[in-house]
Amino acid sequence: RIHRHHIVGTAFIMAASAKDARDLVTAMRSAYAKTPTRLKIIDMYVIYGLVTAVIQVVYMAMVGTFPFNAFLSGVLSCVGTSVLGVCLRMQVNPANKEFTDLPPERAFADFVLCNLVLHLVIMNFLG
Amino acid sequence: MAEGGPLGLLVFATILALIGVLAFSIRLFSVIKYESIIHEFDPYFNYRVTQYLTKAGIYEFWNWFDDRTWYPLGRVIGGTVYPGLTLTAGSMWWLAQKINIPLSVETVCVFTAPIFSAFASWATFLLTKEVKGTGAGLTAAALLAMVPSYISRSVAGSYDNEAVAIFALVFTFYLYVKTLNTGSLFYATLNSLAYFYMVCSWGGYTFIINLIPIHVLMCLITGRYSARLYIAYAPLVVLGTLLAALVPVVGFNAVMTSEHFASFLVFVILNVVALAHYIRRTLDEKTYRLAFTLVVTAGTMGAVVLVGILIALVAASPTKGWSGRSLSLLDPTYASKYIPIIASVSEHQPPTWPSYFMDINILAFLAPAGIIACFRPLTDSSTFIILYLVTSVYFSGVMVRLMLVLAPAACIVGGIALSAAFETLTRSIKYAPAAPPALLLSTQKEETSSPSATPGSLATSILKEKSKEVNSEKVKEKVAKRKQRKEKDALEKTVADKQVPEDKLALLPVEASAVGLVLLILLASFYVVHCVWAAAEAYSAPSIVLTSRTEDGVHVFDDFREAYGWLNHNTDENDKVASWWDYGYQTTAMANRTVIVDNNTWNNTHIATVGMAMSSPEKAAWDIYRSLDVKYVFVVFGGLVGYPSDDINKFLWMVRIGGGVFPHIKEPDYLRDGNYRIDDQATPTMLNSLMYKLSYYRFAEASMDGKGFDRVRRTEIGRKQFKLTHFEEVFTTHHWMVRIYKLKEQKNRVRGKIKRKTKADKSKSSSATKRNALKGRS
Repeated sequence: RIHRHHIVGTAFIMAASAKDARDLVTAMRSAYAKTPTRLKIIDMYVIYGLVTAVIQVVYMAMVGTFPFNAFLSGVLSCVGTSVLGVCLRMQVNPANKEFTDLPPERAFADFVLCNLVLHLVIMNFLG
Repeated sequence: MAEGGPLGLLVFATILALIGVLAFSIRLFSVIKYESIIHEFDPYFNYRVTQYLTKAGIYEFWNWFDDRTWYPLGRVIGGTVYPGLTLTAGSMWWLAQKINIPLSVETVCVFTAPIFSAFASWATFLLTKEVKGTGAGLTAAALLAMVPSYISRSVAGSYDNEAVAIFALVFTFYLYVKTLNTGSLFYATLNSLAYFYMVCSWGGYTFIINLIPIHVLMCLITGRYSARLYIAYAPLVVLGTLLAALVPVVGFNAVMTSEHFASFLVFVILNVVALAHYIRRTLDEKTYRLAFTLVVTAGTMGAVVLVGILIALVAASPTKGWSGRSLSLLDPTYASKYIPIIASVSEHQPPTWPSYFMDINILAFLAPAGIIACFRPLTDSSTFIILYLVTSVYFSGVMVRLMLVLAPAACIVGGIALSAAFETLTRSIKYAPAAPPALLLSTQKEETSSPSATPGSLATSILKEKSKEVNSEKVKEKVAKRKQRKEKDALEKTVADKQVPEDKLALLPVEASAVGLVLLILLASFYVVHCVWAAAEAYSAPSIVLTSRTEDGVHVFDDFREAYGWLNHNTDENDKVASWWDYGYQTTAMANRTVIVDNNTWNNTHIATVGMAMSSPEKAAWDIYRSLDVKYVFVVFGGLVGYPSDDINKFLWMVRIGGGVFPHIKEPDYLRDGNYRIDDQATPTMLNSLMYKLSYYRFAEASMDGKGFDRVRRTEIGRKQFKLTHFEEVFTTHHWMVRIYKLKEQKNRVRGKIKRKTKADKSKSSSATKRNALKGRS
């Protein structure tokens, strides 16, 4: 009897948490739908960069690490552009009180500059 | 700054320019007292590399394989040197050539350090201004321009990595704090580029890439996460790692050694925290809590797996992924147990207490006051400064060489303390009420007036004792200038304060403030006097030229250059010279001959071979040197004139290092009852060793009374009359400080019965080494 209670108990908790997870996902979706389109585009860009990085890591796990500098530059360029995208999003987000006096054009110009430096270094490191 | 009007701006600019001039000129004592030469040992290597760069161009320099050192192994210069210093000096030389100023490479090298110390003072001004304001900035810059610890490594002629690295360090920190304060991605880019310059310049860049993650972690733990923190740190990690991997000497170590793991770990943590903040902002409270629990359970499981893999990888390596040098910093006893070469360098010993007062002087007790001043108010940037100070104090306690990293931190907090004290005192005088003075409590600051009085009264009470001992010094020009400058500074600040109407600030009684001001100025003048004395007397010696005062004036010992000049003119260009590794860089740079070992000390076995040769009897040593194709051996001997850093004093280290690789060399064989002696009580092994023979050959005959009294060891030598069978003396310098010997040729006929086979073996091995040498050369 104790076993049955135990199993039912865990199943109940799992069902409860599954329901909670579904609620969570719908809540996230509805909250996210309210963000401006501009920020959604940046989010897409960031996620694309991260997915590319993951693909490269999986590929590296399959074929080995030689040449290592090519692998490093590939992964770090994807991670780097995602990070810079996140920084841009933080600066451009109208809900952010800290950056109200920063014109979005200036934020974008800084973003482009940093990306230029990053890709210059990447091209140098690719070997 | 702008509040003082155009006059305030002019005064400010003049002060900043004067600080730069001060930093430059205080380092010129060595050029004035001696001459414009390169000092010490390591700078000669950097000088030789810079010469090669200016002659052969950057591509040749980048791919240079040096075959004139570590014979027969050679050294890949392009991949093992930190190129920042040489490229900087090379660019300055090239620029001067372009605008038709004919500076020699040596001049540029000698004066690189003073120029960059001026830049470092300006960088300190910028950093402290970001933390506390202009007044503190100027004070900190003035303190750094003169602090003896920095002078000791950046005097004119000390052409070493630290000369540009300290500037790069402070400048990188300034850009980091600026990005933290403004949240601008532009400054983040500049920060990464400054970090790249630091990686190019010095191995101490690992300090930056570990300090900044510690600071970010501390901000996260104390709840100071903000978008600006993310912008300051995340691009630095990605761009900085890439840029560090670009430098050949670092290469893939940027992602594979434990020194960098902290930055990656904190990067991951920061991203997680950023994501959590974003989710909290978009969701309402209840759903957020749900998400939090879910993510925490899933995330901890994933994190445990990852950390487990990481720990397994790290534990697999014997040093847990850290390099030997970093381990010797984290565990101070590591070097003496495992790496005797690192332990033998005098710069790597822990400092004594007096060296703190010698090197950072009044900052030693201003620093705690500055830490308190940083807490009012506690901002992101002031926490960074406090962390920097605390970590650098720890590392300076491990190695005396790292007092240099402590110097900027001490100057910054000392400047903050001094400026805060000065501000309080001048404010009390300026706003003294007409009625009997009463202490007005502040409304804005959360604490009472006692903390603000602490820096001033602490300094006053200490100074009241000090002033009794210090004789009333005549007020110098510098002090008068300082007083003017500080008053104008404080006036600017008080003008600014007037325009902030709501602030009711604490005031002290007028008389106490006046006395406090005078004593503070005395304190500052004491610091100036000490710094100038330290720069002139203690840290300006080039150590390749020695002087001593006699009744007839100054006597100069120029033996080292005499010996290198003799080698340069009297030996063949392809001859190999053997000596202890201290003199390797100087020999290749000045005598231009191939050496066996030099100061880079990357190959312990090769050094141990030379150590074994020096500790062996004459015939065995001759055999070892013949196998290395050595033609000349020289030793440094200080017994005639009393020069204490000679090879006999270093001999035990040769025995230890040799014994570490070749077990037949045992240290107790050279000691009598545990004491190191060279008199008639010395052991036969000691008296027969090559080092003893080469140092004391003909010493007894040449001394005045025929007894051979060694002035450094303060005894008569043990074995006075002996002949050398396998070496011949070719040159001894004027004061017997450098003694050069040549290996005698192999005898034509060998005495006694020798099997023919042995002779054939000998000739085969010597021709094989000659063939290998030729291969290595082409």
